[in-house]
Amino acid sequence: MPSASRPLGIRRRLANFCFIGLSGVAAILVLAPLGAIFGYLVYKGIGSLNWAFLTNTPRPVGEAGGGMANAIVGSTMILGIASCIGIPLGIGAGVYMAEFGRGRYVNIVRFTADVLNGVPSIVVGIAVYALVVLPQQHFSALSGGVALGIMMIPTVARTTEEMLRMVPNTIREAALGLGIPQWRATLQVTLRTASKGVITGIMLAFARVAGETAPLLFTAFGNQFWNLNPNQPTAALPIQIFAYAISPFDEWHRQAWAGALILIVLIVVAVAAVRVVTSRGTMQGNA
Amino acid sequence: MSFSQKTEFRPLLRFQTPVRETAAGQQPALVTPPAAPRIELHTSRISKYLDGIFRYSLLICSFSVIAVMALFFFELTSRSKLSIARFGFGFFTGNTWDPVSGDFGAMPFIYGTLVSSLVALVLAVPLAVGVAVFVTELCPRHLRGIVSFTVELLAAIPSVIYGLWGIFVLAPLLRNYVQPWLAKYFGWTDIFSGPAYGIGMLAAGIILAIMIIPIIASITREVLVAVPQSQREAVLALGATRWEMVRVAVLRNARVGIMGGIILGLGRALGETMAVTMLIGNRPEVAKSLFAPGYTMASVIANEFSEATDDLYLSALVEIGLVLLIVTVIVNACARLLIWSITRGQAARNNA
Repeated sequence: MPSASRPLGIRRRLANFCFIGLSGVAAILVLAPLGAIFGYLVYKGIGSLNWAFLTNTPRPVGEAGGGMANAIVGSTMILGIASCIGIPLGIGAGVYMAEFGRGRYVNIVRFTADVLNGVPSIVVGIAVYALVVLPQQHFSALSGGVALGIMMIPTVARTTEEMLRMVPNTIREAALGLGIPQWRATLQVTLRTASKGVITGIMLAFARVAGETAPLLFTAFGNQFWNLNPNQPTAALPIQIFAYAISPFDEWHRQAWAGALILIVLIVVAVAAVRVVTSRGTMQGNA
Repeated sequence: MSFSQKTEFRPLLRFQTPVRETAAGQQPALVTPPAAPRIELHTSRISKYLDGIFRYSLLICSFSVIAVMALFFFELTSRSKLSIARFGFGFFTGNTWDPVSGDFGAMPFIYGTLVSSLVALVLAVPLAVGVAVFVTELCPRHLRGIVSFTVELLAAIPSVIYGLWGIFVLAPLLRNYVQPWLAKYFGWTDIFSGPAYGIGMLAAGIILAIMIIPIIASITREVLVAVPQSQREAVLALGATRWEMVRVAVLRNARVGIMGGIILGLGRALGETMAVTMLIGNRPEVAKSLFAPGYTMASVIANEFSEATDDLYLSALVEIGLVLLIVTVIVNACARLLIWSITRGQAARNNA
């Protein structure tokens, strides 16, 4: 066939060449900021990171030293409260959608979860302020944990549901066929089979809320001193970074970079752990 | 050993008829189960209650999602009543924001939110679609995982760190190099004119673009993967080049889903708070130039909410939050419907 062996027209070849080139350039342009952010973060952060930063509380302006120890502990406390709220509710909702999910109600829940996922974090902050802080009359780590916990629910629920749907029905039937009650079959067989995927969802949700600042601004509020009481205003790493970044002092800028480095290391470790868990397991995504 | 006892299985296994038929006595000798497991089954009445409890507690968990959403709407509406009653629709068109004299108009914030999001979309959409196409259609297999993982990482960086980087790296870069250049060649458009501060609408738009690229890219990737392989093969078999194949077979089939991803990115950009607050300059005015500082709905809440002393001030801020909530719910609902129509409700999340 003569037409098959005819070389491509110059225009088509050029268009093809441009297309491949442009999408490659797009990939590089997207990856460049990531490199720039990480590079600069490590470069600036390492220099200001020292033992005092990890063990001291903030000092007044002008005094050397000082650190973010209270913010690190505060963040841990807030995230712990958030996990206690977000993970059980999220897994419960996900299991219900996947295992008992038929009909309109489940569709509404799924849709609401997806929409809730897109609600701006600052709006969650206002709502929790109105729900928890106003009745209590003071800011607290508890209210911060509630805000972050609410933000974890949709992510955890949707991943749990997706992962449970990937569990073959034969496994459920086998479990029920042994005569064990449904709650044990669901918890000990179905959920356990999907556990890697569920953990992925939890870690992703955790990584997402770990860096959230906006909802904490008027729930946990921040604190310059040690506080281990969940019912009091508490320092959090992201709030501290924000406050220091917009301040006019060089020393505080340095500390903001160090805090950011700690925060990002925490999050990257979480995401990388997810990657390792999922790539080893059998629960790879479909298609 | 009669089989009538064996029908104790019934609550667990819903199909009892076959068992009954065998019980009728075709080959009773063949089926004589050991007695031990049966005893355990007889005691399973408690587990029936447990099943009920289990089911209802899961129902409560799933209902919590709806309850949270409803509570959000209820709280924000009831707390913004004062401002709604006082200003009515004029709240959205008013240009002054004066807490001292109690005069509140949200126009500058609405304008700032829309413009910064628009700038972000213009910059992010081509790049995000380009990356998604690169990953699914062009990239060598071993690079695929790395590129998509890196884009995922971009989504995991907290907003406040983007802001930090924006203040100390992006803003000086814009002030010293990009803005003078833009002003020199495109100053006549009025969009790129005025003093180059570094921080302002343009900086906020750029940082937003970086932040929403991962969302648009990952949704686009999901929809591109959902395009059947046979479509690609059919077009290639007709003698198309790579570009023609992507254009005709892939992008055309996936355009609704990509639209969904873009709207989802828009939803994120509209509500993004910290990075924008740190970069937009926080000045409540409507300026034509992108170099000028602005203010967004989210950042005014972040900056002023904990300082709002009187009830009207607080109520006005909550009303801005309510508007933000309504807009993002609508935007996200549209996006989800579009994406669901493509991927049928299940996300192909983990494919590298």
